[in-house]
Amino acid sequence: MKNGMGRNLFLFACVAPATLLFFIFMVLPTFNVFRMSLFERGAYSPTETFVGFANFQSAFADPKFIRSCQNMILMIVVVTIITFGFAIVFASILTRENIKGKNIFRVIFYIPNILSVVVISGIFSAIYKPENGMLNSIIGLFKPEVLADPILWKGERMVMVSLVIAMVWQAIGYYMVMYMASISAVSESLYESAGLDGANRIQQFFMITIPLIWTNIRTTLTFFIISTINMAFLFVTALTSGGPNGASEVALSYMYKQKDAGLYGYSMAVGVIIFLFSFALSGIVNKITEREPLEI
Amino acid sequence: MNKQNGGTKLYKFFIYFVLFALAISIVVPVAWVFMASVKENSEFYGNPWTLPNGLHWENFVNAWNKASMGEYMINSVIVTALALGILLVVALPASYALARFKFKGCKLLNTAFMAGLFINVNYIVVPIFLMLRDGNNWLMKVFGQGFLLNNLFVLAVVYAATALPFTIYLLSGYFVTLPHDYEEAAYIDGAGFVTTMVQIIFPMAKPSIITVILFNFLSFWNEYIISMTLMSGMGAQKTLPVGLLNLMQAQQAAAQYGMMYAGLVMVMVPTLILYICVQKQLTQGMTMGGLKG
Repeated sequence: MKNGMGRNLFLFACVAPATLLFFIFMVLPTFNVFRMSLFERGAYSPTETFVGFANFQSAFADPKFIRSCQNMILMIVVVTIITFGFAIVFASILTRENIKGKNIFRVIFYIPNILSVVVISGIFSAIYKPENGMLNSIIGLFKPEVLADPILWKGERMVMVSLVIAMVWQAIGYYMVMYMASISAVSESLYESAGLDGANRIQQFFMITIPLIWTNIRTTLTFFIISTINMAFLFVTALTSGGPNGASEVALSYMYKQKDAGLYGYSMAVGVIIFLFSFALSGIVNKITEREPLEI
Repeated sequence: MNKQNGGTKLYKFFIYFVLFALAISIVVPVAWVFMASVKENSEFYGNPWTLPNGLHWENFVNAWNKASMGEYMINSVIVTALALGILLVVALPASYALARFKFKGCKLLNTAFMAGLFINVNYIVVPIFLMLRDGNNWLMKVFGQGFLLNNLFVLAVVYAATALPFTIYLLSGYFVTLPHDYEEAAYIDGAGFVTTMVQIIFPMAKPSIITVILFNFLSFWNEYIISMTLMSGMGAQKTLPVGLLNLMQAQQAAAQYGMMYAGLVMVMVPTLILYICVQKQLTQGMTMGGLKG
């Protein structure tokens, strides 16, 4: 019973469906991204002609693509710094200090993470609406001239700021809840002895909290950078469609637009560039943030 | 000592102030959408902070009928349920086998599924679309009929397939921790492989299965890029987020604010209800015990 045919048949039946689905819908398409980037493909016919690296050459000579990459990098840097800064500080406050209603705050901060990006875009469209929008009407209380001459939050000047705010709003709660879990695992006695030695809260934060959850910060940082590339795409597609005049286009949304235009080979070349970029970036971040693991 | 107390009080006040500000910035916009969903269209041209002049439930009726949100809602329910079903049927046995048995190729498969964690669907949505379209064209040529695009079942299969790496990672992570005593006891009692897996192991994995269902429900229900790509064209069976996106874009041309916010509420409510229930579930799941005696 425990060996031979029966066992093999059982294992095969268990693993085969998952492997098959995984191969068809993940391995094969990933392989195709790389393969198709070297081909030119007609919009409606499946005939392909090999063009070598021509798609990559035109990508690097395409000012719209370069701009979308700049926007993407800007978002990665700004969103990551703001989200992580706030999330770690708030998490440590909520865990360390005796805050009333801790659980309610936790429940509320997690809400944006369960909403669809489309819903969040709808909410932020209402916030950013120039006339009678939530944000402009609040600013108008302090600066009445805004009511007459509304700030165009989705205009060319402010659109990136608006997107960054929306993305931070969405991500901050999730990371806060995560860091709260890891900070609460830090032994209370460390803080007590540090307090006796005269270390204040800020010193405790930098000398105890940060070093002890560093491994966690490092892993989440790498994942966050990869996910920001994707979230930026989801937000841009739902909130601004890359507009106005491509001012908020990010690399992945640019890739998707090339697909809509029928330029499949070019689209996939852009995809390969972002793919390699994200891997290289997470590798670099991983290297930079390397520290001797602290164990107490 | 007194001076320090004053400082501490100020510090406390500052912390509460910041926490409240953040909480308000989350609750108020969400609550505002609920309020806006029962407002009359003309009310959107005035101060956004006034309370609705009445409960205009017809916004929901309009969204449900005129904007076809009812139809999209049914599509979303079907796709999410199907995808979750397929995912569990496929992923549970696979994670069990991969986590607890040694066989030829199990290392390779484990590594492959691990690597799959790093493949994001947004990169591969175009090749998936082209693959299905080519397949569809081939079917048209041979059978005169294609069914790979604009098909809720195919969409559900794609959802399930792309969720496999994460799900298998989570479930195997749990299965690995179980002692082998469970299976050995079952085998001695004469239970076969399948009986042992289905009747002994799976019930124990209930907390992990619930986690898997939760995360994947949220991601399937909220997903819109794959759905938008695979369900396109006239009269397509759109899912709720894609329908909402279209409604939001159409609203810029013809101002139908009330209807749009009603649609927004319809997408949001199921996830919010689930979230409220889950708060309890999670605490219960954590206290569940393992091996006794």
